[in-house]
Amino acid sequence: MTQAMAQPPAETSPYLPRVGRIDEVRQFTETDKYFRLSFADGQGIRFLPGQFLEVSVFGIGEAPISLCSAPGDQAGVEMCIRRIGDVTGALHNLEAGATVGLRGPFGNGFDMDEAAGKDLLFVAGGLGLAPCRGFILDALNRRDEFRRVTILYGARTPSDLLFADDLKQWDQRDDCDFHVTVDRGDENWTGNTGVITTLFKKMPKLEPANTVAFIIGPPIMFKFAVLEALAMGLRKNQIYCSLERRMKCGLGKCGHCQIRNVYVCQEGPIFSYAEVMRLREGI
Amino acid sequence: MLPHILPKENFDDFVAWLMTQGRVAAPVAKAPNFSFDVLVDKDDIARIRMDYDVTILPPKKYLLPSYETLLDFNGPAPENVRAEIDARPTVLLGVHPYDLHGLQTTVAAFSQDPADASVLARRKATRVIGLNIASYANDEQFMADMGTVDPPDGVADLFLTDIGDRYFVEIGTEAGSEMRRACDCFRPAGPEDHRARQEYDERKAANFKKRLPYHVRYLPELLEASYDSLLWDAVARRCFSCGTCTNVCPTCYCFDVHDNLNIDAASGVRERMWDSCQLEVFAEVAGGENFREQTASRLRHRMFRKGKYILERTGKPGCVGCGRCSVHCVANISILEAFQQIAGEAAEMHAT
Ligand SMILES: Cc1cc2nc3c(=O)[nH]c(=O)nc-3n(C[C@H](O)[C@H](O)[C@H](O)COP(=O)(O)OP(=O)(O)OC[C@H]3O[C@@H](n4cnc5c(N)ncnc54)[C@H](O)[C@@H]3O)c2cc1C
Ligand code: SF4
Ligand code: SF4
Ligand code: FES
Repeated sequence: MTQAMAQPPAETSPYLPRVGRIDEVRQFTETDKYFRLSFADGQGIRFLPGQFLEVSVFGIGEAPISLCSAPGDQAGVEMCIRRIGDVTGALHNLEAGATVGLRGPFGNGFDMDEAAGKDLLFVAGGLGLAPCRGFILDALNRRDEFRRVTILYGARTPSDLLFADDLKQWDQRDDCDFHVTVDRGDENWTGNTGVITTLFKKMPKLEPANTVAFIIGPPIMFKFAVLEALAMGLRKNQIYCSLERRMKCGLGKCGHCQIRNVYVCQEGPIFSYAEVMRLREGI
Repeated sequence: MLPHILPKENFDDFVAWLMTQGRVAAPVAKAPNFSFDVLVDKDDIARIRMDYDVTILPPKKYLLPSYETLLDFNGPAPENVRAEIDARPTVLLGVHPYDLHGLQTTVAAFSQDPADASVLARRKATRVIGLNIASYANDEQFMADMGTVDPPDGVADLFLTDIGDRYFVEIGTEAGSEMRRACDCFRPAGPEDHRARQEYDERKAANFKKRLPYHVRYLPELLEASYDSLLWDAVARRCFSCGTCTNVCPTCYCFDVHDNLNIDAASGVRERMWDSCQLEVFAEVAGGENFREQTASRLRHRMFRKGKYILERTGKPGCVGCGRCSVHCVANISILEAFQQIAGEAAEMHAT
């Protein structure tokens, strides 16, 4: 009996995080900060767009945060974090040089190979641009593999816009169509105003049967944007979204993220609209 | 491996020997109920109640404790964080077949990739002595339907059947075989013993009547067909969302994770504790959105986990029919009754 009781090394615990060092912090908006991190073990990370990490500040807790940088084999990661509670608040208090715990990547993500040869439509609302940016950067890095690339982005006000440098770049590129709108402009705003669905009229015609759309943002924005996409003739299984749920493990165990019989932390957070419809409790 | 006999006069010696192998948890009286408790010393052997009907909590608590430390930290930064796994050698004595199935389901759930090192380490350090039952403990049990009146293969190392002045001991695993060899309390079973064991089974078969109006193989589909039924709303009207039902369930395993600071406000532990999908905040995210806000949607989620989701995921029953959730529900919500009613609900939903 005794030999059966040898303990496995505790290092195999899936709860033990790696050490991530914050290399850069930038204040994007009043509530959103950008973080660039690398791994203290020098090992790097391999991930797909749409995947996320569990980020720890010990004594406070852990929170799932999307990877928003270009996917693939990377030395480090980028994240955009909104201050909304305990863990995100603690993360906002950290400066470059500080370390945090990182577990992951978790989730299914999406392999852009599946969209090769297609028109791409990205629709990002608010903080949804963070996960969406990983997809966009991947598409632009491998621009030749796709046909038309269209990016629509909506924020509440001009001061809520995230990733200003990227927005400028995307606007200047002539191999992608970029449109941005704000719900309410200010005195300096000369761009579009109105909800994100108004941008659908501004974009060039896509070939609906040959288009993959990524609609990532708050549930209410997703619902309206999906209607537009369907009206354009896009297929339900070619429209993807990212679902947010409470998460406590990332391992398909704690049950918090469960939608019917699906664990969002493992089988999501990226779902096609067809899957969301089938789940019924998705949106 | 051929069965053996443990004469009851050797029972105390057997338990004393088990206590040399690790801590022993056994059923004891906790008036007016029973509970699995760790025996502190040899005097405690007298407290063991092998005639118990059903315990309040299932023995799952020895694989998935209600609280456990996952990590140890000494400050907010992640350096020097240590993983902790408490897997003490443990013997679970007197586990009924439905609870053996419950243990099997728990292990199956935590074995799924990515596997949970703590639960699996504890399972590895745990020996299980099963105990047969010949009848239901109450009207809320339905093991005959759930296929859990008999033990699952390979969970109990030894499986005991009370045949009067002795236990008929079936050997279920290699470890059980070793135990039989190492402990000198056993003798080989003879023809009389085999006959007594057969008679036990006949009594058992006569006692365990099915209680669902359909074969359990249809349970997942019947649930799916009654997804939109008003039954869930009707039942939920009585539910207090207290989470007692999930706490006493041998196959519930949802948990929460919290950081617990020491008095220095820097070092501490990251703990995991039982949680319940019936609690209102279970699926609420920062900012206030709640993805199962209605009591009915939470109650239905529990019923679906029990009758469908866990089975579909692990291949093991998500409900073993032990009746604990129903017996302990302050609102008298009965899972057996709900499972009985969905047959009619599904037919009605289908007709419209
Ligand atoms: C797949 C995924 C990707 C995400 N990506 C980002 C991102 O890129 N940037 C960003 O700012 N936010 C993101 N979020 C939301 C972020 O996880 C929550 O805002 C965060 O967990 C809130 O934690 P808190 O401790 O600050 O808030 P509190 O309200 O204090 O929450 C306490 C705890 O509850 C749990 N919790 C609360 N809200 C959520 C939630 N929405 N999702 C999961 N668990 C929650 C967490 O375990 C958290 O530690 C993402 C969420 C998910 C599920
Ligand atoms: S024990 Fe009863 S009242 Fe409490 S949550 Fe469960 S079903 Fe509802
Ligand atoms: S759901 Fe109820 S009857 Fe089924 S195993 Fe859990 S406690 Fe027992
Ligand atoms: S976060 Fe725990 S199961 Fe998904």
